[in-house]
Amino acid sequence: MSDETGTFGGYGGRHVPDALKAPLEQLTEAFEEIALSDEFQTEFRDRLAEYAGRPTPLYHAKRLSVEYGADIYLKREDLLHGGAHKLNNTLGQGLLAKKAGKDRLIAETGAGQHGTATAMVGAMLDLDTEIYMGEKDVKRQRMNVFRMRLMGAEVNEVTRGGEGLADAVDAALEDFAKNVEDTHYLVGSVVGPDPFPRMVRAFQSVIGDEAREQIRDRIGELPDAAVACVGGGSNAIGLFDAFREDDVAFYGAEGGGEGADSDRHAAPLADGEDGVLHGMKTRVIDDDTDVHSVSAGLDYPGVGPEHAMFQAVGRCDYRGITDEEALDAFKELSMLEGIIPALETSHGLALAKQIADDHDTILVNLSGRGDKDMETAAEQFDLT
Amino acid sequence: MSNDAIDAVFEAGDPAFIPYLVAGDPDYESSLAYVEALDRGGADIIELGLPFSEPIAEGSTIQDAIVRSLEAGMTPERFFDFVGDLDVEAPLVCMTYYNLVYQYGQQRGPRDFVERAASAGISGLVIPDLPAEEADPLRAACDEHDLDLVFIVAPTTEGERLTRMMDRVSGYVYVQARLGTTGARDDVSDQTDESLARLADWDVPKAVGFGIKTGEHAERIVSAGADGIIVGSALVDIVAAGAANDEPIEAVADRLESKARELTDGAVRGLTSAPDADT
Ligand SMILES: Cc1ncc(COP(=O)(O)O)c(C=O)c1O
Repeated sequence: MSDETGTFGGYGGRHVPDALKAPLEQLTEAFEEIALSDEFQTEFRDRLAEYAGRPTPLYHAKRLSVEYGADIYLKREDLLHGGAHKLNNTLGQGLLAKKAGKDRLIAETGAGQHGTATAMVGAMLDLDTEIYMGEKDVKRQRMNVFRMRLMGAEVNEVTRGGEGLADAVDAALEDFAKNVEDTHYLVGSVVGPDPFPRMVRAFQSVIGDEAREQIRDRIGELPDAAVACVGGGSNAIGLFDAFREDDVAFYGAEGGGEGADSDRHAAPLADGEDGVLHGMKTRVIDDDTDVHSVSAGLDYPGVGPEHAMFQAVGRCDYRGITDEEALDAFKELSMLEGIIPALETSHGLALAKQIADDHDTILVNLSGRGDKDMETAAEQFDLT
Repeated sequence: MSNDAIDAVFEAGDPAFIPYLVAGDPDYESSLAYVEALDRGGADIIELGLPFSEPIAEGSTIQDAIVRSLEAGMTPERFFDFVGDLDVEAPLVCMTYYNLVYQYGQQRGPRDFVERAASAGISGLVIPDLPAEEADPLRAACDEHDLDLVFIVAPTTEGERLTRMMDRVSGYVYVQARLGTTGARDDVSDQTDESLARLADWDVPKAVGFGIKTGEHAERIVSAGADGIIVGSALVDIVAAGAANDEPIEAVADRLESKARELTDGAVRGLTSAPDADT
């Protein structure tokens, strides 16, 4: 397996020290030989059904549709076990790690959803699990920290740098480099060196596969647009992959923080430059921008390389959604539909609202539920 | 195809002592004094880390040094000033991550960075996360400016990757003694012997790094056939302790200088105790 594969129109690749190349080659081999086999896929589908609760429903949000002015269909990943799409990926990688003979999982987490989904799989598959989480995120997503610990995972607070998701990735990579023999680094999004972006996509693409069939059954055609929030970009790629060749417009909502034209945001596609980060060539926010988003899961200075390619070729329109716009959408869905979305997800909803004039039917990936964000919400909306 | 100053070091015959520090750690002025102390202590080549905020797979010792330097205001431009302000005999090798090389200057790609490094007086580059597909443009730019391009060979580097490095390396090859991230260890791995044996037919000098901490380690590595030793974390630890205790610059510099002496002397002893003294 040469390491030139795994690029997306020049983005991606395997920008890692040579000591990490061999374990990545082994992982690539395991992915191609085991994970793509029929036997593995059958087991994966079974667990997705029995353990995770797939298929997730597609919901026509009628009151929201009236408010936005377009037909809005929500792919309910918030109803997946754990409360977000993350489990699709952790189940896939967890099963693969087990079959490849690893006995330890490590993961980074921002919102704590990926850490929680990793802890679930670690418990179920009897694998030691250690999670790295920035101190800032430990504070703002406490409920998930408790969940991870209850399920037996060790949660390490990362105190260096900006104490956020990027720093958690650094710490996890350091651990991985030291312990490659027995440890699988369960990367939480379509980011990092090859094969992670294409592997995580393979496990998340079940979202779009289901949604494509469901919406066809429902309305007899494909939606005009598909929308998702983009942190690393896994729920977005998971949704988009099935519609890649279709006449469906793609929209990605990045963490716009205080505005993509401000110097505090997490929108490397809307306002960034080419760079190299965490083993991949991709788009990164520029030097004089501080990475910031109200949502921990979008608070990342880079983005998955396939999104960088989509942007370069004009396949997807990426926009920064500000903290304020996201909070409005968070409240709106809660009030109109009785569904509390994750703050990450709320960015996608706000973007759907922006484009409702241009499209009649819009499919939104409701990537997660907002229970973890209730402390932030209580402060913002004076709920105490 | 290679840099004369670095060639001269290895042609002189003694084992090369190659210390590493992060430039600007914990601040610009102290760091100048520390690097100069290593030079006085016998450094033959000095590897200077240009800090990047997301160093991939560095141990916590060096990650912390990187944070100290960045917080004190280090940038690529200041790094080149730093190189200009240094008063040292040893040739300098810049160790950094590909993002900084790639993003530097007006055009994307390595050319602007290499040109600026050469004009600042850098003799070579080590880029741990350089991917295969970017190696040729960087090699070409280095050739144009007489810079060496050093590759790090891991214990697991084999086959195509090993050949690709052999074809492109100049100056010396950095032999990673064991797996894992950088960081001083008490033992010196047996993997060293094995790694050196694998590279026996490479026609560049072999410098061994990762985990060397004492004069005795240095002696063992050189007697196993290394042409040089690379020492980072053990020195960065001294800088870190100085910063944590707010010690005067001179005291820390003295300790670095004597550590450098210990390592140089150990390496020289290794040469005489080598079973086959002509490698
Ligand atoms: C609910 C939810 N949506 C989206 C994201 C962002 O990740 P990605 O862009 O990989 O889907 C997260 C990350 O934590 C999340 O928890």
